[in-house]
Amino acid sequence: MAVKEPPAPGPALRVLDRLLDVFALAGLGFVTPVVRLVRGDSPRAQVMELWRLLGIPLLAILVFLLLWSRMSAAVETSLGQIPGPVAVWEQTRVLWADHHAERAKAAAFYERLAQRNADLLAADASAEVVSMTYTGKPTYVDQIFTSLKTVFTGFLLASLIAIPLGILCGLSPTFSAGLNPFIQIFRPVSPLAWLPVVTMIVSAVYVSADPMFAKSFINSAITVALCSLWPTVINTALGVSSIDRDLLNVARVLRLKWTTKLFKVVIPSSLPLIFTGLRLSLGVGWMVLIAAEMLAQNPGLGKFVWDEFQNGSSDSLSRIMVAVFTVGIIGFLLDRVMLTVQTLVAFDRGR
Amino acid sequence: MALIEASGISKSFGAGSRARHVLDDVSLAVDRGEFVSIAGPMGSGKSTLLGILAGLIPRDRGTVRIDGAPVRDLRRDTAFVFQNYSLLPWFSALENVRLAVGAAFPGRPRAAQRDQAQEVLELVGLGNALHRRPGQLSGGMRQRVAIARAFAIEPEILLLDEPFGALDALTRETLQLELAKLCSPGRPVTTVMITNSVDEAILMSDRIVPLSHGPGATLGAPIAVALPRPRTKAILTHDREALHARAQVIEALTASFARQAGRGRGRRAPAEAPVPCALAPLETEP
Repeated sequence: MAVKEPPAPGPALRVLDRLLDVFALAGLGFVTPVVRLVRGDSPRAQVMELWRLLGIPLLAILVFLLLWSRMSAAVETSLGQIPGPVAVWEQTRVLWADHHAERAKAAAFYERLAQRNADLLAADASAEVVSMTYTGKPTYVDQIFTSLKTVFTGFLLASLIAIPLGILCGLSPTFSAGLNPFIQIFRPVSPLAWLPVVTMIVSAVYVSADPMFAKSFINSAITVALCSLWPTVINTALGVSSIDRDLLNVARVLRLKWTTKLFKVVIPSSLPLIFTGLRLSLGVGWMVLIAAEMLAQNPGLGKFVWDEFQNGSSDSLSRIMVAVFTVGIIGFLLDRVMLTVQTLVAFDRGR
Repeated sequence: MALIEASGISKSFGAGSRARHVLDDVSLAVDRGEFVSIAGPMGSGKSTLLGILAGLIPRDRGTVRIDGAPVRDLRRDTAFVFQNYSLLPWFSALENVRLAVGAAFPGRPRAAQRDQAQEVLELVGLGNALHRRPGQLSGGMRQRVAIARAFAIEPEILLLDEPFGALDALTRETLQLELAKLCSPGRPVTTVMITNSVDEAILMSDRIVPLSHGPGATLGAPIAVALPRPRTKAILTHDREALHARAQVIEALTASFARQAGRGRGRRAPAEAPVPCALAPLETEP
């Protein structure tokens, strides 16, 4: 009896399938059942899948919000009641509105300045144009971006140091034995312990009349780098030292130069583990950043939390909660992006 | 003077009482342009011997000379083909071969290297799979790339470690014939091939040297196959000379097996001297 094969998917559906793979990679797996439902693919199975991927998490969040609003009413602190979800949402809107208001003020300021300059030039064509920068305080969104800039600077610095170190460790057992004590001892050190040391060294070394970067930014970035370079070193070393014996034999047999061997055999082979290390490092770096910013007074989310805490107004706790959720959500998004990159690299290497 | 001269090679792995004596006083001579197969069962130290000839594996005792010069490390004019393809999975077939050409001829411009790589790949029948990665190639095609990579560097010496061992029987037959054509008198390459298939050895080689069963493996008397190369499959079943050689090889291998079984694992009967091996090739018909 002949078996009828289902018609092969057309090109549009094939592209859609690839896109769904990417979504699943990025942890947005719930998109797949939705699309399949729309296509009419075995609806019952898709609904169950959707429930598992999206429905249950949403339900859990709802339960959490309910419990939170109940329990928050029960505790009285020196700063007032612990804010419930409604209060936190209220503060989110306030911070967002503040941000827009501040941007509007800045826009107005620059408009007035442009107008003044136009008037000056109209009166006397060779008059000197006035240039001023608006000095408002940084808004919440500005602070988020400062935090992101700082963490990426620290992360980049860490990667530039950690990847070569890791490669050396993986290639040379001698080097690895020598570096290992330092890795083991410095890895558990908290950023709060590094910060004073970093601050003093930076103050001594970074002396300039017109510095390009604020000291607080440098201190935070360096502390982030110091704390987050260890996962990358360890994973890179592991990746390099566990290359397939066969591939190393190929490099010997082809008599490749050591630079060719490094860039064409060693590094491509260890890329999946290197990216795993980078992802872990970014996660550590983001966690470390908030603490470092708090102490170094870098105008980011850490300073926001610290200021609110010192402020002690009735809204402070809510605002701190907003910051907590912001930090968590951004950390989650950063991790997802790195995970997608990591999985794409692993697929690409055929592993 | 033979091109490859190995004498008194001994190799053990491990130390003290746990030492495994893989090779014991092995000697081999290969003339220029000759195709020698080393036949033996698994675990007999064949790959170790080939590695020592190439300079990949250090030997405990004995000397290896190629063209009179002692072998220290891999030579520019030696190509090696592994049993397990060993292609770089992140490069295309063309780039894999070009890498070898680039390492062997660093002075040549990249475009010329690429052209040479393409030429050799077309020679092995992969002209339309140049840009595919090893993951997208079948086992037979991957081994063709490995062979192309070996020939691309214009080697004087070709060392093959069970090149078709990981392939299915049908693909193996096809590739054996192709390799036989590539190693034909038109392109004289001194070749040493390791194989565990007697038929393969008879199809391709001028001389077959049986390696006795390990530990402490030694080479048996070489058996000549005095037939013109390249040969066809029909020879295996119809030619008397080939059938005679086949019988000799199988006898040599089973005899060594029986000797090994008789004297038990790991022990060597002192009275039993290993079969002496010839340092010079047997007389062959022109």
